[in-house]
Amino acid sequence: MKRKKSIKERLREWDADAFDLTERTAGPMHPAPAAPEEEKPEEPPAPERETRLGSRALRILYSVLAALFGTVMLSFLLATASELPPYGAAENPVHNAVSERYIRDGMRETGAVNIVAGVILDYRAFDTLGESHVLFTALTAVLILLLGEGVHRESTGQIRMQQDRIVTNTASVLTPIIILFGVYGILTGHLGPGGGFSGGSIVGAGLILHSVAFGYDRLGRYLNIKTFRIVCFAALAFYSLSKCYSFFCGANGLHTVFSPGVPGRILSAGLILPLNIAVGVVVACTMYGLFSVFQRGKI
Amino acid sequence: MEYFELLLLGLLLVCGISTCLTKNLLSSLVIFMAYGVIMSILWALLRAPDLAVTEAAVGAGISGILMFLTLRKLRDLKRKHADETEEKH
Amino acid sequence: MENFWQQLWNARIAVAAMTLFAVGFVTLLLHRNLLKKIIGLNIMETAAYLLLTSLGFIEGRLSPIVLGENTDPLLYVNPLPAGLVLTGIVVSVSVTAVMLALTVRLYARYHSLNLDDIYAMAQREHGVN
Repeated sequence: MKRKKSIKERLREWDADAFDLTERTAGPMHPAPAAPEEEKPEEPPAPERETRLGSRALRILYSVLAALFGTVMLSFLLATASELPPYGAAENPVHNAVSERYIRDGMRETGAVNIVAGVILDYRAFDTLGESHVLFTALTAVLILLLGEGVHRESTGQIRMQQDRIVTNTASVLTPIIILFGVYGILTGHLGPGGGFSGGSIVGAGLILHSVAFGYDRLGRYLNIKTFRIVCFAALAFYSLSKCYSFFCGANGLHTVFSPGVPGRILSAGLILPLNIAVGVVVACTMYGLFSVFQRGKI
Repeated sequence: MEYFELLLLGLLLVCGISTCLTKNLLSSLVIFMAYGVIMSILWALLRAPDLAVTEAAVGAGISGILMFLTLRKLRDLKRKHADETEEKH
Repeated sequence: MENFWQQLWNARIAVAAMTLFAVGFVTLLLHRNLLKKIIGLNIMETAAYLLLTSLGFIEGRLSPIVLGENTDPLLYVNPLPAGLVLTGIVVSVSVTAVMLALTVRLYARYHSLNLDDIYAMAQREHGVN
């Protein structure tokens, strides 16, 4: 039986590089005859760490100072928290005329029953447009970083998931429900909780589950890099063009073309429904694309 | 309701601190996903259902999956490196 | 002193959020493992979102989804923080993805996740002392 470690040892272990990718970490997926665990001594030699901060004393000093800094910052934050207005009171200065106006006139002006959807996709749609571009840019950056040489194994056979019966059966039941729920969230984003971001993430998660359970070949027939380019470009271009139009009209929106309609119907709320669909498509594509790039190095 | 909220806050703190203190990266990631789930329940209590749905899908699902995949890829890279150094000797 | 504790109790969610922020920050500063640093940053982000959302909450009101035709501002909580945080969550996951990709590239180059080692190797490589 192993001796119990002292607190000091544990702290040192925690402080040291905790890159603990032993076979226990992700082991049973691959039996991996190639690299037995005894090869651990081939790690980079320890003295390198000493060269960075000069000496051991300096490292300890750094740790102590950082912990001290964290404590001081926490005490300052708590002192600020004691000055905050009481939690949950209606008289707090945050609840000013802005939110009042959004609630009072939001449904009449945008046609969205869900006020949050009305705020982020109508009043502040430019913000959301920038955010969709942030997502797209992140996907592009990840593609650039991970498609380079030296990161992937040459043989793709190494990275194939093992098909587990439990996972396959569960996924065959759950995947349609998850994707349907995501699509429902996207389409009724102006009527209730949901919307492009959450619905798109749920659809992306469903696609990820499907490709984990059944491999890429089935999904790859529809979701390859070409579909990606077309769909993302079309969604972002539609969003940008519709918002550009409303800027040229003095931020008046497209209410002459798409009227707010009757609040509560599925085809209402003007541009919010199409914008929700565009955002949802971009988010779903980004999520699945990130997974695919991390998993096997291509979409 | 107040007690439920306090329970959730306590669990949140426990999960947050133990995520940072756990040595094994895999268990740390699992605790981090639990942290995301608790956070989404707390947001549902705070009357923000949009946030709750998004956090349940993103914080508890996708960022955890991405970190798992990163661990896997790092392990593959480590094996490859070990193979190469073995061939050299 | 009693007043201080009473105030802290009144702002309990803010206190929890700030503690989590400090925990994440200390992890970001102290831990040498890059993946742990990323997790610490994620915890900091979530704590900030929790603080924002708790500021928008009003006791005993409904979530901002209009019931029937009733648009009385006294019936619903503040919808603005939810709108702000919703955009933040999705940006934070994309930032996490970029950081993870950078970590993979660093590992492929230097075969270490320890930031000090990586720094030392990079310095030696470029001939800087």
